[in-house]
Amino acid sequence: MKVKGFKRENGTYGIRNHLVILPASVCASETAIRISNLVPGSVALPHQHGCCQIGDDLRLTIDTLIGLGKNPNVGAVLVVGLGCEGVQPSEVVEEISKTGKRVEKVIIQETGGTLGAIQEGARIAAEMARELSQQERVEFDISELVLALECGGSDPTSGIASNPSAGAASDLLIEHGGSSILSETTELIGAEHLLAKRCVDESVSNKLLKIVQDTEDRAIAMGTDLRSGQPTPGNKEGGLTTIEEKSLGCIYKAGMSPVVGVLGYAEQVRETKGLYVMDTPGQDIDSITGMLAGGAQIVVFTTGRGTPTGAPIAPVIKVTGNTLTYNKMKMNMDINAGRIIDGEATIEEIGKEIFDEMIKVANGKKTKAESLGHKEFGIYKIGTTF
Amino acid sequence: MKNNAIIANSKDNVATVVQELKMGDALKINGANGSINFEVTQDVPCFHKVALVDIQKGEEIVKYGEVIGAALEDIKKGQHVHVHNVESKRGRGDKK
Repeated sequence: MKVKGFKRENGTYGIRNHLVILPASVCASETAIRISNLVPGSVALPHQHGCCQIGDDLRLTIDTLIGLGKNPNVGAVLVVGLGCEGVQPSEVVEEISKTGKRVEKVIIQETGGTLGAIQEGARIAAEMARELSQQERVEFDISELVLALECGGSDPTSGIASNPSAGAASDLLIEHGGSSILSETTELIGAEHLLAKRCVDESVSNKLLKIVQDTEDRAIAMGTDLRSGQPTPGNKEGGLTTIEEKSLGCIYKAGMSPVVGVLGYAEQVRETKGLYVMDTPGQDIDSITGMLAGGAQIVVFTTGRGTPTGAPIAPVIKVTGNTLTYNKMKMNMDINAGRIIDGEATIEEIGKEIFDEMIKVANGKKTKAESLGHKEFGIYKIGTTF
Repeated sequence: MKNNAIIANSKDNVATVVQELKMGDALKINGANGSINFEVTQDVPCFHKVALVDIQKGEEIVKYGEVIGAALEDIKKGQHVHVHNVESKRGRGDKK
């Protein structure tokens, strides 16, 4: 099956053609926003990280920024650095440039401060915008697509309706040769034994069990009941009682396909196509960022309680399993899987509907989150800031 | 007769109601494994769980055919099953 998108120099295909203004650190974030404000069609990714981090935590921020720049939905990147931060802008530029796409940098300390950096940055970004505007969509096979699976604001309808439907859509994409990523390690706690059985070999299942064990150990080390934060107050009000119940519903998003690999946060999806599990937190925004940095071009996001979340560099298709929520938040919900519970549709039918919507969105149709300008963004942190 | 609850797996000892039930309302399920019809003994909000059988304190709560926690107290058939009478068995730093 074919869709139309933007061919990148390294042979990947984007379904959007974003111009990203990427701050290397928190210190450059405000300047990046101001540059983006001057260049219509560009998007800034402001964040709180990039300096006074060490070890794996620093590496994770660097890999995330590089991965986002490399994402096929991104046509060109302007990196904005302060100059003295821990994440060195030159390393980010060098790694992103390996994709062959245009990437440049502007350093605040070297261009006369705020106004100098904005002037120089906006000049480069506007030029990039003109270049990207000339690129036309070309046909490519949907096996090039990587789907990010996310759930947020879950309730018991998620496990009954929206997640199994998302799973059916994911299975369809994988049948067509594509890849999917299941995320949110916290929400594998209590369901990991089921996923482990679906791994292609023992090394994959061992890795899967290890990321879940490590996450649970980190929670236990806090000396409190995980339930003080997971499930969330809204999950509980909706009827989810324990993390195990939430997890068992959560993994339906991954359909029935075998797990071909386990990825670290922001780690690039490999050549082998199929279902991956990425080690991300249960917090939706940080989780989506990890998968986009890993190369996903499209997101299917299931919810019970309702959430407006979008993403800055990828379309997010919102599916709710709760008809009440669909009616309350129609402007945010793309698909109502609550019709399964209402007895009006089957999981297979809604799965196909999600898949068909993915094709339309890949071809350029704006999702509700996109049309409302939602671009929530956050980077996961695994260590303290020093 | 329209079903007002779902049993995710035949091993489950709880059902998920798909509409709000008030104390004394009948929980009705007609499924492949026969039909169920009994009164709930407490109010149950929409999409919350009801005990299908008597569950003893410490016994596992099963949904989707898998363990989702353990009963904190004896739970009678027809009672609301939620955070007030079920505890999670995972991520319990408080029990270290």
